[in-house]
Amino acid sequence: MKVNLRINGVNRSADVEPRKTLLDALRENFLLNGTHAGCEHGVCGACTVLVDGEPVRSCLMFAVQSDGYDITTIEGLAPAPGELGVLQDAFCETHGLQCGYCTPGMILAAHALLQHTLTPTRDDIVEAISGNICRCTGYGQIIEAVEFAAARLRIANTPRPQHGMPAEADKPVVEAK
Amino acid sequence: MKPAPFDYVRPSSLAEACALLAEDEDARVIAGGQTLVPMLAMRLARPARLIDILRLPELAGIRKEEGAIVVGATTRQASAERDPVIRASVPMLARVLPWVGHPLVAVTLGAEIMLATPEGPSAMPADDFFIGPMLTTINPGECVSAIRFPVWSHRRLGVGFFEISARRSDFAFVAAAAQVALDDDGRCIEVALGVGGVGDRPLRLDMSPLLGGKLDAASVNEAVHAASGELDAMSDLHASAAYRRRVAVALCGRALAQARVNATAKSIGGAP
Repeated sequence: MKVNLRINGVNRSADVEPRKTLLDALRENFLLNGTHAGCEHGVCGACTVLVDGEPVRSCLMFAVQSDGYDITTIEGLAPAPGELGVLQDAFCETHGLQCGYCTPGMILAAHALLQHTLTPTRDDIVEAISGNICRCTGYGQIIEAVEFAAARLRIANTPRPQHGMPAEADKPVVEAK
Repeated sequence: MKPAPFDYVRPSSLAEACALLAEDEDARVIAGGQTLVPMLAMRLARPARLIDILRLPELAGIRKEEGAIVVGATTRQASAERDPVIRASVPMLARVLPWVGHPLVAVTLGAEIMLATPEGPSAMPADDFFIGPMLTTINPGECVSAIRFPVWSHRRLGVGFFEISARRSDFAFVAAAAQVALDDDGRCIEVALGVGGVGDRPLRLDMSPLLGGKLDAASVNEAVHAASGELDAMSDLHASAAYRRRVAVALCGRALAQARVNATAKSIGGAP
């Protein structure tokens, strides 16, 4: 079946079998190997991409289902070849990666969060990356990286997020277990 | 970890989707794929054909009806979680959604599963719909179109929810959700309590002995213990049946207590 996608701002098309996941299509048909194949059944988050701006596990979506959508992969976050975006740079500076396998998924999940708010709480960050597993070093420095990137973006001359998170008072009451 | 081959169709209406489902017993519906695709990847499911309903406009969105909130079948969990109507009108759903748990909420609140069938729209109670893990009573040619959650009109509503699981986003060993409504004197006028993870499907427990009381610890404890006899607990690698039953009783008590505290915090005669 033919699929037409807009990947990182470029219109692309491919002829794929219906059973081919968006993950495999990105890697094999479009040679975007920054999207990593981990568990391939929706548990680890390594394959996270943005579909119309929302984080999606590309192993749980068939390429034919994504026809017509706007896809952002980790390759789409770099401002120019050989350069790093603010969030990517923050991961380097705070040692938010070790082997790097989970990193593209972590960064895209965090990127989606920072599109909603530049003042995330630690809990917001933990929630945003709760679908992404890191098996190297733990999550402390990853959370630090997202906090650092948010702080940098707050003082940078960049466009603000368009839609806010729910106000603190509107959030459901959650007590510690 | 690659699915077996299948055909893929994207019908343009719900009626067409039902017709496609009726003509092929090995066809399955796909929307978000969060449950089905892992099953396909592990080849625990091998449907001949997938019918993609995700873009059918009649299935999307959340709307208010008389005494109920209707959540369309393809509404994304993230949208429902952020939805102000759900937060205000079905507080238990808003509270539990971050932990998924829609069957638990649907059964506990007595929601209705709205179905599109070849004979036209139909509905059945959630309790009759879910019969086991990944098992429902849906017939060939039928497609869930929405879930209709009842809205409690009382002003002083509170919810409580607790679960025990090995890790975030994993299946709960035990989950308990409670919703209570109090009158101006703090007496319970409506109560719903449900338990998930203990048996092979969520169960609503009979809490009618608590009606008219003040939900004090002793009466809650007594009612929960009396109702826990209905629990059919299962054993697996992660937790024994005895553990599940013991935790279920504890979490039910905590959920009811939390619900009472949250309802009490609502001002008497204040805005709903």
